[in-house]
Amino acid sequence: MSGDPQSALVMPDLDPGILERRSDIVAQLRTLVPGEGVIADENEMRAFESDGLTAYRQLPFVVVLPETVEQVAAVLRYCHETGLKVVPRGAGTSLSGGALPLGDGVLLGLGKFSQIIDIDYDNRTATVQPGVTNLAITKAVEGNGFYYAPDPSSQIACTIGGNVAENSGGVHCLKYGLTTNNILGLQVVLINGDIVRIGGKHLDSDGYDLLGLLAGSEGLLGIVTEVTVRILRKPETARAVLIGFPTSEDAGACVAAIIGAGIIAGGMEMMDRLAIHAAEEFVHAGYPLDVEALLIVELDGPEAEVSDLLKRVEKIAKANKASVVRVSTSEAERDTFWAGRKAAFPAVGRISPDYYCMDGTIPRRQLPRVLSVMRELSEKYGLRVANVFHAGDGNLHPLILYDANVPGELEAAENFGADILRLCVEVGGVLTGEHGVGVEKRDLMYEMFSETDLEQQQRVKCAFDDKGLLNPGKVFPTLHRCAELGRMHIHGGKLPFPDIPRF
Amino acid sequence: MDILKPRNEDECIEIVKWAVSEEQPLEIMSGGTKRKLGRPVEAATLVDISALAGISLYEPDELVMTAGPGTSLVDIEKALQENDQELAFEPADYGPLFGKTPGATTIGGILAGNISGPRRLKAGAARDHFLGARAVSGRGELFKAGGRVVKNVTGYDLCKVLAGSWGTLAIMTETTIKVLPAGQKIFTVLVSDLADKDAATAMAKALGSTFEVSGAAHIPAGLTPGSGTDKSDMAVTALRVEGIGPSVEYRASGLVELLANERECQIIKTTDSQKFWRNVRDCSYFTQNTNRPLWRISVAPTDGPDIVAAVRSRADISAFYDWAGGLVWMEFGSDPAGDGGAAIVREAVNATGGHATLIRAEDDIRAGVEVFHPQDPVLAGVTARLKNSFDPENILNPGRMYGGV
Repeated sequence: MSGDPQSALVMPDLDPGILERRSDIVAQLRTLVPGEGVIADENEMRAFESDGLTAYRQLPFVVVLPETVEQVAAVLRYCHETGLKVVPRGAGTSLSGGALPLGDGVLLGLGKFSQIIDIDYDNRTATVQPGVTNLAITKAVEGNGFYYAPDPSSQIACTIGGNVAENSGGVHCLKYGLTTNNILGLQVVLINGDIVRIGGKHLDSDGYDLLGLLAGSEGLLGIVTEVTVRILRKPETARAVLIGFPTSEDAGACVAAIIGAGIIAGGMEMMDRLAIHAAEEFVHAGYPLDVEALLIVELDGPEAEVSDLLKRVEKIAKANKASVVRVSTSEAERDTFWAGRKAAFPAVGRISPDYYCMDGTIPRRQLPRVLSVMRELSEKYGLRVANVFHAGDGNLHPLILYDANVPGELEAAENFGADILRLCVEVGGVLTGEHGVGVEKRDLMYEMFSETDLEQQQRVKCAFDDKGLLNPGKVFPTLHRCAELGRMHIHGGKLPFPDIPRF
Repeated sequence: MDILKPRNEDECIEIVKWAVSEEQPLEIMSGGTKRKLGRPVEAATLVDISALAGISLYEPDELVMTAGPGTSLVDIEKALQENDQELAFEPADYGPLFGKTPGATTIGGILAGNISGPRRLKAGAARDHFLGARAVSGRGELFKAGGRVVKNVTGYDLCKVLAGSWGTLAIMTETTIKVLPAGQKIFTVLVSDLADKDAATAMAKALGSTFEVSGAAHIPAGLTPGSGTDKSDMAVTALRVEGIGPSVEYRASGLVELLANERECQIIKTTDSQKFWRNVRDCSYFTQNTNRPLWRISVAPTDGPDIVAAVRSRADISAFYDWAGGLVWMEFGSDPAGDGGAAIVREAVNATGGHATLIRAEDDIRAGVEVFHPQDPVLAGVTARLKNSFDPENILNPGRMYGGV
């Protein structure tokens, strides 16, 4: 997505007390992170003014790039004492604006934390610093036949720290889970500078599951400075089958039938006609062009299992009106099948000046209804939409095509997107499956949660961040003060509940 | 003790509001099988939520089920079996560990304790399958957590915090869980007579193979499952593979080949495998003497044997290993220090990292020692603030996990 910010995104009010002390604050930060670790020059800070959601830009107050956990602790302690806001940033690939800077906040980049600390094959773990990229973990262990399972499409660039913050997914979530299911331990720095270790190489937490809470917390609870992940042995084989259908409904029915038959595929991806054509033009994956929907089903495991399941999938596909069924016969062919899917976003980028990528999840059986309403919305807004769908787990990525240079189109795209997400919630799904709420879906949170739900979530934030300094303006439509959230309003007190059975 | 049995969500809200205004702490219970697990709760009123039961939604091809927390695990498993599905995290029935008859466990208790069985090492824990909940906080407010779909990053993942919170944060009134296809065949490769450390090495080798092991346990010689008669006079190391027929056969024979150097191997098939792993899951080796202190210790798998050896050098214990050595179940034959072995166990665990929970001990012992692993001051501070964020008046299961929490 490109173009200038046109939407009325309301961020927290700038703190004039902080703004007027800028040179003093920068000087203080330089004593905490010496060398080139503090960037205050406007031109140099430009590189940090947005993340993967480029429609929103904001120059940071100051950028700090610490190298050690002690520096992170010192910076956070200083921010806590000073009342200075902090926006954490990994590689800046967030698609929801999670790393959008604040004009009065420190942008804390963890890019220098790029060491792999420990690889332990006997316990099947890798311990790495947060700035290590997702793919680098797999690269570090693949020589021994292992890999790290979650594989967001930005895996070349995105970092594990960002993956933890966003609870990132990928195409293999149905079988292998999201980030939260694949991490065992964290070192975290709290806003007051305290350093804590959560978990380790062992399974399951003692006490409250803080690991599960931090995963997907979008940088609002603490700064992750070390991550221990589970690594898995790479499956013996993986083969993919390409299945074309005359309608999206048939494809959806086929997915349900495969799962209903007890088959959990390693990956199950669907593309609609517009996405198929865009991808085919771009990478020539050999996709059939006379189908309305294309399914890529990947099965992994021992050869005996994969070949047996492939036969069953083929049979199910034919029973569900598949017009094309093609099984990969070589590793190269399997890669080609995937090449089109993996290039789907840039491919769509080629056929439209701009596109806006959405990320709702729906119960799979609602797919026909959601697609048909989406077609109506497409007509209503006069914008095309291409659909890429993690069919196995119901995670939908509609790509809304627009031109930012045409007045009103960005706004229309955003409204279209919001309507799609509302629809996802309406059919029993959620606003975001893997991209996070960030600033993008922040104001839609009420579609899914009540005020009480959101207040409870914010009280959890207060348990970590009493002054609301960590990444404010993200996730929650309005951030209440902790003191206000702590108040209780219980009246009466003499509730006799005469009807409740007593013993 | 006053017992209240709410029939619906509204009554739960009413009870908590009353408790807050009257400053009456509540003990929250569903099936009650794990009531003696944790520090003794300081409450005069018991809230029995077992009437919040029943499966309200089950869509096999969506892999999702919604049920009241009081729903019996037996009922859930029956419904799943009819569709060749299961709860992949393999919830255990701890009832018999406390002298109760099997089958009383409910899904609410399983989730509140984050109780997972042998398959945890492959399929994840209860918390990984806990998709959504409705719950009443200690503020007397109903809130929603998560949803009904697997891929969901909308807001904080409060289900994770509810899992393993032992009823100290909220009363769950509805739970939504992920369900998965069950393996059609279950084979187990048994390797005989390995010493603990060699067993850990063998299990690491198996887990590091491509054979997708879904259970790895080591039962030292002399342990007998309470429900069975087969007394093992030889240690047995067990590796489970599940799935479709040809795959299971292939992987089981692959494991035999992989481990052939270790010792003699034997393969047992589905029915025997189910029985074996049920015993491991429910810790049936330690159901005979329900007054003996019992520990559940989670560590890095390779550290398991060292911890057992360290404790054994100082105390009279029996122990076996699940999760490839990463989960140690340890029963004390005697308790000379009167602390259930806490000092010795914690010292051994702290030397390597991990945590130890005193699953079973007499009330006075559990009142006197930390049942859950003691936390460092910073973590304890987060724990206390998190508790406060859900239950500011300390109404729900006060003191069950930690003093003051």
